[in-house]
This record gives sequence, structure tokens and C-alpha cells, in this order.
Amino acid sequence: MRPFTQLQAVGCPLSLSGVDTDQIIPARFMKRSRAEGYGGYLLHDLRFDAGGAARADFPLNAPTYQGAQVLVARRNFGSGSSREAAVYALVDYGIRCVVAPSFGDIFASNAVNNGLLPATVSEPDGEALLAALEAQAGPMQVDLEACRVRIGALDVAFAVDPVWRTKLLNGWDDIDLTTSHAAAIAAFVAGDRARRPWALPRTTVGKPD
Amino acid sequence: MATGNATGRTLFDKVWDAHEVVRREDGQSLLWIDRHFLHEGSFHAFDKVAARGAEVARPDLTFGVEDHYVPTRVRVLERMDPAIRRMMEQLRANTDRHHVRLFGIDDPAQGIVHVVGPEQGLTLPGLCIVCGDSHTATHGAFGALAFGIGASEVAHVLMTQTLWQSRPKRLRVRVEGALAPGIAAKDIALSIIARIGADGAAGHAIEYAGSTIRGLSMEGRLTLCNLSIEAGGRCGMVAPDETTLAYLRGRPFAPAGADFERAAEAWLGLAGDMDAVFDREVVLDGSEIAPIVTWGTSPEDALPITMAVPDPDAADDAGRAAHIRDALAYMDLRPGQKLSDIRVDRVFIGSCTNSRIEDLRAAAAVLAGRSAQVPGLVSPGSAQVKQQAEAEGLDVVFTSAGLEWVDAGCSMCVGMNGDLVPPGERCASTTNRNFKGRQGPGSRTHLMSPAMVAAAAVTGHLTDMRPLLAGRV
Ligand code: SF4
Repeated sequence: MRPFTQLQAVGCPLSLSGVDTDQIIPARFMKRSRAEGYGGYLLHDLRFDAGGAARADFPLNAPTYQGAQVLVARRNFGSGSSREAAVYALVDYGIRCVVAPSFGDIFASNAVNNGLLPATVSEPDGEALLAALEAQAGPMQVDLEACRVRIGALDVAFAVDPVWRTKLLNGWDDIDLTTSHAAAIAAFVAGDRARRPWALPRTTVGKPD
Repeated sequence: MATGNATGRTLFDKVWDAHEVVRREDGQSLLWIDRHFLHEGSFHAFDKVAARGAEVARPDLTFGVEDHYVPTRVRVLERMDPAIRRMMEQLRANTDRHHVRLFGIDDPAQGIVHVVGPEQGLTLPGLCIVCGDSHTATHGAFGALAFGIGASEVAHVLMTQTLWQSRPKRLRVRVEGALAPGIAAKDIALSIIARIGADGAAGHAIEYAGSTIRGLSMEGRLTLCNLSIEAGGRCGMVAPDETTLAYLRGRPFAPAGADFERAAEAWLGLAGDMDAVFDREVVLDGSEIAPIVTWGTSPEDALPITMAVPDPDAADDAGRAAHIRDALAYMDLRPGQKLSDIRVDRVFIGSCTNSRIEDLRAAAAVLAGRSAQVPGLVSPGSAQVKQQAEAEGLDVVFTSAGLEWVDAGCSMCVGMNGDLVPPGERCASTTNRNFKGRQGPGSRTHLMSPAMVAAAAVTGHLTDMRPLLAGRV
């Protein structure tokens, strides 16, 4: 996974709360393989009208926000389903950080597993960032070492789970880490058999004819 | 593996502690996973396993279910839409290749994963259960630690049967008092979400407690825990009791005979200690809960049916006002409009929230001897629920009312299988998400209980089911 330390990029304001994963990637696009890329479907039904034309009033379509790598949204971003495809859509589009006052838990953990930073700010700071981006498009800085977001003179703190921060800073992948605990896993399984004999599914259940 | 606290442990703590393989300094725990459910959407995770050339660590603890994409009318692969067929064939190939038991459409136990797990006794108290689906919280109704995960995590569980997690905080939602007649678990859940917000329980494990909860059937508890995720909760749990045990006895994959009795003793011991401490508590009066409907595009946009559509200008902050304005524009509603004046174009009864036998009975109680004014679909949660409903004659009630009775699957909850609400149409639905476009592009969803959906069907508009139910329950 690509490490995340500092980012200087165009920020795009998305002044909506509860942007759920059904908005981020509508279900009908989820049959595709990741190799085909999900970026074109990001926020599809908000970005495009029923005929497929780009909606001029949607921020991501505005010329000023082209090339955005940071999204600033209102509370409860990524609520809803566990579909990691929502994160694929953001990442494949080029987004590396979403700033919001709160996130869906599963979305946030999926984001971190794909190198996308979910940066939690206070509601007033979030409103200030939105206002700044709406007033004037321009670059913003995200500093994961210092946990700060800056737009010009506006400089606010964000929170991120410390474990996630370490993972993002280093670009770590869990599997390698888990493999190093193989002995502990084997010991757990052996002890668990005695502690919770009822935890295994009854195996006398045959397959149906 | 003590928590280090001097105080007692909650139900959640006991189950969590029993699954900790490793606890790191930074607070991350490596959890052992007892059951891992897969569905057609699991292909991303299998692709990751293949990319590493890895194997499924514990196929005996892994179960596949065909539910998200299965057509509810055509059950023959050859006659399905090729894209849908491909989704099912992918799951079949992946589960075959890794020797994972699959509940496919031809299986008499097929159904929605969160209906099948409990029904088959795969879901048990005290287990840690995961699935690449956010409504995995449903299984917490048995006192299991059950939560939804993303594809990267599914791949991790497939390869290791473990998962890294940080311990969430604990929120107790206590509901006390007797429910009014006809009030369902769905009304309780939507009341809670309206109170605390769709992100109100973010970062928390919810435990539902109190006399109202203890009085719920397993079906009701499943509905309640199912909606934990719509309050932002990581999971939802109810302590196992005699209701739990009565449901589990004789289930195919559950322990049997003397093993069951020994297990039952352990399960009853999972209830939280008297002095267990929660990080937060929310208390509701069960006797005050009214039939609830949603008017907006988030499950928190919920109100008793006797109320009116809110006015954005009366909202307490700019963000909320903007949300209400946006939601009303999408839903085509006016501030101040009475909720019971909202006309619907169709109804849907189904989904992992409300497709169990009790839900179908509640809807049938309202529909019996009446005609639906709008078209609608009834999709039972599993082939077993379907069979039971037909044995009770409920299918005849639905079809006589003019509703369509189809096979089991996620169906119109998410529309992946082609059961869609057409653009601009308004649907009264027993599902869990009223997100924009959830039931199809441009669809408008109102969430409510099965009895309330049935009432909307017979009147053609959102309506209080209580008068329609008078003398029937
Ligand atoms: S019924 Fe709906 S919410 Fe439940 S698992 Fe299926 S798609 Fe998800």
C-alpha cells in the first residue's frame, strides 16, 4: 500500500451530510472487476443526470475543482453498506483524503485499508473548510504527521485513530503482520476447543440431496 | 484475558475477550472468527486471495449464500440475465474451489444471509461472526459479536480466520415498558435512530436491554439488531435468554442433545455483570413508541405517522437545514405536509430487516380480506420462511390482495437482482435504507414496519395501521 504522509492538492467541497455508500457507488456498478476501474462511477447519480450528462452544478464537475484529491463533506460520510467499492471509486478517481465531522465506521476502516485518509474535523472547522473552498478553489494541504489540514491561512486539526495513522504513514498491510502471529493463533485454537466446545458448527449436517 | 477493569464486564466485553488471540500495546486486538458468511459480492476478496496464491484457512467455518443478486422469479441459471448469472457463477466457482459450503438457489435452506444463519443454527450466542455486509449486526440478536466488514477484511479472514479490530465503546440502549398493540421492533429501532442520529452510535457496540427488549421474540430482536448499523453502531447485541434457547433447539448446525444443554449454560452466563459499566446509555419508554415512517433520505429522518413533514427553516443548524431541503427535493415533499397524506406507488415486504415469518404474519393480519391499491412485491427471507408462510396460507392472503409472492433474496431492498422501484416512484418498504436511489435510480423509499407497509398498500398512502388492525390482533 502507498504510504500517506503529506498531500498538497486541490480540495473539493461537498456540502452534503450523510453521503452514503449507495451515493458514492450505486449498486448497479458493483458487478465489475476492480481491474476495470471504479473512478468513472464515483458519486455517479449526483454527478450525472438520468441521460448521463454531467450536472453543471455538481462541485466535482466544476472546472475549478478538477484534479481534486481531497473531498470536504458534512457529517456521516460513507454511512451505509460495507461495500469497499465505495472506497475503490474514490481512490480510482484520484481522491486520497476525505475530511468530514464523522464517518461510517466500516467505510473508514475500508478507506484505511486502501490508503485513503478519513480525517475527522469538528463541525465548525468542517464548515469553515467548506466555506473557504466554496469561496475560492485552491490547493489545500493535508499533513498526517501533524494531523492538520490547511487552506491558506485556515489551519485546523483533524483526528484519526492512531493505529490507522501508523498504518497509513507506513503503507502497512495487515496480512503480513498477522502471519507473524501464527503460533499465537494455533495456541488460541487449541485452548478454545476446550473452552468453547459448542462454538464449532455441528458437522453431522449433510448436504441436501 | 481480563479487561483490566475492577468493574464487571458487559455482554460485549465477555464475547470480545473470549476471541482475543493477541492484544497489542496500541489497543488493536487480533480476533478469532467463528463464522464467516460470504455472498456474491465476495468476489473482490477472493480476487485478493488468488492474487496472493493463498488458500481459505478454515472452509469449515465459512459459508456462502446466494442472496444479493438472485432473481426472485427466475430460478434457473440459464434463463437469467447474463451479468447476474456471472455473479452467481463466480461465487459458485470460488466456494467450490475452496471447499466452502454454499447455500445456492436450489438449496431448501437458501435465503438472505442474515435470515439463513440464525435459521440454520449457524448463528449462536457467544460467537464472533463476520460477513462482507453491514447488516451482519443482525446476528447480535443471539448475543453474538457480529459485524460487517469490507473486502480487504474479508480477504484477511479468508486467509487467516482472524481480524484486527480496535475495541469499540459500549452503548446501552434500554427500552422499558409495554408496547402498544401492533407496535413492532422496526418502530423501536427507527425511534432510536431518530433520537440519536444515523451516526449516533458510531464507534460503539450497542447492547439492547430493558423489559421491552426482553419481551421481543427472536424475529423482533433480529430486526432491532439489524438496524444497529443505521444508527452508526459497529454491532448490536441482546443477552441470550430462554427465548434465545427456545429458538435454537433443534436447529441443524446448532449443538444437539446433551451438548446443547452444556452450551446453553455457557450462553446464559454471557449476560453482562450487574456492575458492568457502559460508556453511554440511552433510555426509551416503550409505551410511548408509535408507528414510525421515514420521510427523507436517511434512516434518522423518521417520525410517528401522526406527524407532518419537517420544515428546513425550523432546523437547529445549517447542516440539518441543508439536509432537510435536499431530502425533501429528492422525495418531492413539502414542509408541513401530513405524513399520512403521502401517496405511494408501490410496496415492498422483504429484506433481512423484515422478511421473517412473524413479519409476514403482521403484514397478512392487515391485508387479510382487503385489496392493495398499488402493486407490490412480497419476498420471504428464505426458502424455509416461504414454505412456512405457504403452510399458514399467508401467500394466499398476499396474492388475493393483489401483491406478488416471489422467491427469497435481497430483492427490492437493493435492486441488484433487477427488482427495482422505477425512477420517481415512491415505495413503502420494510427495508432498512431510504438512501437516494437505494431501490433503483431515482426511487423514493419510505421505511416502516410490515404492518405499516400493508396499511399503505390497502389505502394507497402512508397511514396509521392501528385502525386497520383493530380487532385483528
Ligand atoms: S436484504 Fe438488503 S440490507 Fe439485507 S443483506 Fe440483502 S441487500 Fe443487504
